[in-house]
Amino acid sequence: MSASANTSVAIGRRFSVRSKRVLPGFGLSLGISLFFVSLVLLLPLTGLVVETSGMTWDQFWFTITDPRVVESYKVTLWTALAASLFNGCFGLLLAWILVRYDFPGKRILDAFVDLPFALPTAVAGITLATLFAQNGWYGQWLAKLGVEVAFTPLGIVVAMAFTSLPFVVRTVQPVLEELSPADEEAAVSLGASDGRVFRKVIFPALWPALVTGIALSFTRSLGEFGAIIFIAGNTPYVSEVTSLMVFIRLQEYDYAAASAIASVVLLASLILLFAINLWQGRYLRRLEGR
Amino acid sequence: MSITIDQISKTFGRFHALRNVGLDIPEGKLTALLGPSGSGKTTLLRIIAGLESSDTGRILFGGEDVSNLHVRDRNIGFVFQHYALFRHLTVAENIAFGLESLPRKQRPSKAEIRQRVEKLLEMIQLPQLADRYPAQLSGGQKQRVALARALATQPRILLLDEPFGALDAKVRKDLRRWLRALHDEFHFTSIFVTHDQEEALELSDQVVVMSQGQVEQVNTPTELYAKPESRFVFDFLGHVNVLSGVIKNQKLVQGDAWISLPGNRSEQKAQLYLRPHEVHLARAPSAFARLPLRIDAVSLIGSEVRIELTPEGWQSEEIWEIGMSHNEFAQQNPSRGELWFAVPDVGHLFSGENSQPKTVDWLYPETANACNV
Repeated sequence: MSASANTSVAIGRRFSVRSKRVLPGFGLSLGISLFFVSLVLLLPLTGLVVETSGMTWDQFWFTITDPRVVESYKVTLWTALAASLFNGCFGLLLAWILVRYDFPGKRILDAFVDLPFALPTAVAGITLATLFAQNGWYGQWLAKLGVEVAFTPLGIVVAMAFTSLPFVVRTVQPVLEELSPADEEAAVSLGASDGRVFRKVIFPALWPALVTGIALSFTRSLGEFGAIIFIAGNTPYVSEVTSLMVFIRLQEYDYAAASAIASVVLLASLILLFAINLWQGRYLRRLEGR
Repeated sequence: MSITIDQISKTFGRFHALRNVGLDIPEGKLTALLGPSGSGKTTLLRIIAGLESSDTGRILFGGEDVSNLHVRDRNIGFVFQHYALFRHLTVAENIAFGLESLPRKQRPSKAEIRQRVEKLLEMIQLPQLADRYPAQLSGGQKQRVALARALATQPRILLLDEPFGALDAKVRKDLRRWLRALHDEFHFTSIFVTHDQEEALELSDQVVVMSQGQVEQVNTPTELYAKPESRFVFDFLGHVNVLSGVIKNQKLVQGDAWISLPGNRSEQKAQLYLRPHEVHLARAPSAFARLPLRIDAVSLIGSEVRIELTPEGWQSEEIWEIGMSHNEFAQQNPSRGELWFAVPDVGHLFSGENSQPKTVDWLYPETANACNV
C-alpha cells in the first residue's frame, strides 16, 4: 500500500506542474514560447514541406540526386566537417586562454570572438575573398607556397570556419570557467602529469560542451551562404555548396526544387542536433547521478 | 615522516597570509591547524602540499628540503573540503587514479591495482559502491572515497583541508571518529585544517592555533585548553566569560561587580577570563566576589546544563555562560529571569599589556600561586 502511495506521490510530483511554484505563470509563459516557436520556426518548416508536396517522389528524388547537387552535398559536408573540426581545436584554445590566463587586451579579444556573429556574412565573405585573393594580403604569401584559397573549396572552409567560430568558444568557455581548480589540484597531488590531467580530468569535463560546439558549428556551416559565395568561386562540381544550389533553383523560379534540396539540408541538421542532444543527455545524466 | 616548516612567509598582493611561520610536525601524529578564516591555515597547508609556493622559507619532509619539489613529486595525499572527486569516473576508477598515474616502471599491474582498490574500498567500508559515480554518493561517502583515493599511493604525508566542513553534524562526528581510528591503525603523519575548535581538540594529537598569519600556540589538546597562552587562544577555544575592569585595592572592579585579587596592588586595567566550568552560581555574593547576573536562558540538552546570563549593574561584551551538572541543577533549580551571583573558582587574569595570563585560584589559593608562570 505504501509503495503504491509513494509512486502516486512521485507521479503527482512529476506531472502537477502548477503545484507550489514560487513564480506563477507557467502556463502563460510556455504558451507564448510554443506559439512563437511555431510562428517563426515550425510554420516556415511546414511551408518547406508543403512546397515540396507538389512533387512526386520520383521528381523529388531526381531533384535531390542530380549529380551537380550530389557533388555540392559532398563539398558542403567535407568543408563543413573540416571547418568545424578546425574550430573545435582553435575554439578550444581560444576559450582556454580566455579563461585561464590574464593578459592585456583579454576583454577586447573576448569581444572580438563574437564578431563573426555581428558581421553581415556577405561582408565577411567579401573581406575574406579580398584577403585571400591572389593579390590580397594573405593570398600573395600563400600563392608563393603554392596554396590557393580564394575561389577553391579551401576558401569555403575558411569562410565556414570564420562564421561559426563563436559557437565553439561560447559553448566551451562557461564550462571551462566552472571547472573547479581543486579537481586539477587533486589529480596533480595524485602524481598525474600535466598531459594526464588534461586528458583524464579537464577534457572529459569539456567534452560534451566541445562536441555540442562543434556540432553547432557544423550545422551552421552546412547552411552558410553569404560568406561562402564570395570566396568559393562557385565552380560547378568543384566549389558549389548546397545552399548555393538552393539559391540557383530559386533564381530559376523552381521553388519546389529549391525546397526539396533545402529539406535535405534541414533533415541532416535536425538529425545531427537530435543525436547530439540524446548523447549529451545520457552523458550528463551519468555525471549528475540520475 | 616528520615535517619542518621553516620561516615561511606568503603575501597575496598586500595581504600577509603568513608571517615567518616556523613549526615542527611530529612523525605519525595527527596535527590540527586551527584558526578563524583568514588566519592562513589553509595557505600553510597548501604550501606544505606544494599547491602554493611560499615567498620565503623552506619546507622539509624528514630533514629533506622539498621547497622546490613539485606537488606531484612530494608524495603527499591531499583531501579537499569539497571532495574534488572526478565526476566522470566511477568510485573505483577515482581510487585507482593515483596508482594509474605512476610512471610505468613503478605502476602495479592492472590486476594488482584492482586488488588494491578493493582493499581500499573495504577500508572505507563502501565495497558495494565501486561502480557508482560520485554524483550518486552522499557527502560522507564522497569524503571517504576522496580519502581512499588520497591513500591509494601510500603517501608519506596526508593533508586534509577542512575535511568535514561540508558535512552535517552527525556525519561529521561519525567520520571524525572513523578517521581517528584509521589514523591509529596506519600512523601516517597527517595535518588537517579546521576552524572548529571542538573538532581540533577531539581529533588531534597536537593543535596549532593560528591567527593573522602567525602561530599563536602549539600544544596537545588538553594542555592547550587548560593553559591558553594568549587572549586570542582563550577566546577561540570554547566560550569564555570576561570581566574587564580596573584593579583597585586588590579588587577588579567594574560597575556593581567586583572580584578580589589578593596580591595585586598595581592600579591598572585588567580582564579576568573564566571558563563556564570554572564558575558556579549562588543565591548570594561570596566573600571574595560579587557578580550579579540575571538568567536569560537555561539549556538542558547535553551532558551538562548550560545557563546563559546577562550582567546586572555592570557590562560584558558577550553573554556569560555557566555550566552545571544536572544533579546540581536539580538541587539549585535556577530559572529564567532570576537574579543570581556568579562565584568564580579559578580565573585567568590578563593585566596591562601582558599577553600571558596569570591564574588566580580562590578555592585553593596556595596551589594556584605555585602554578603561576
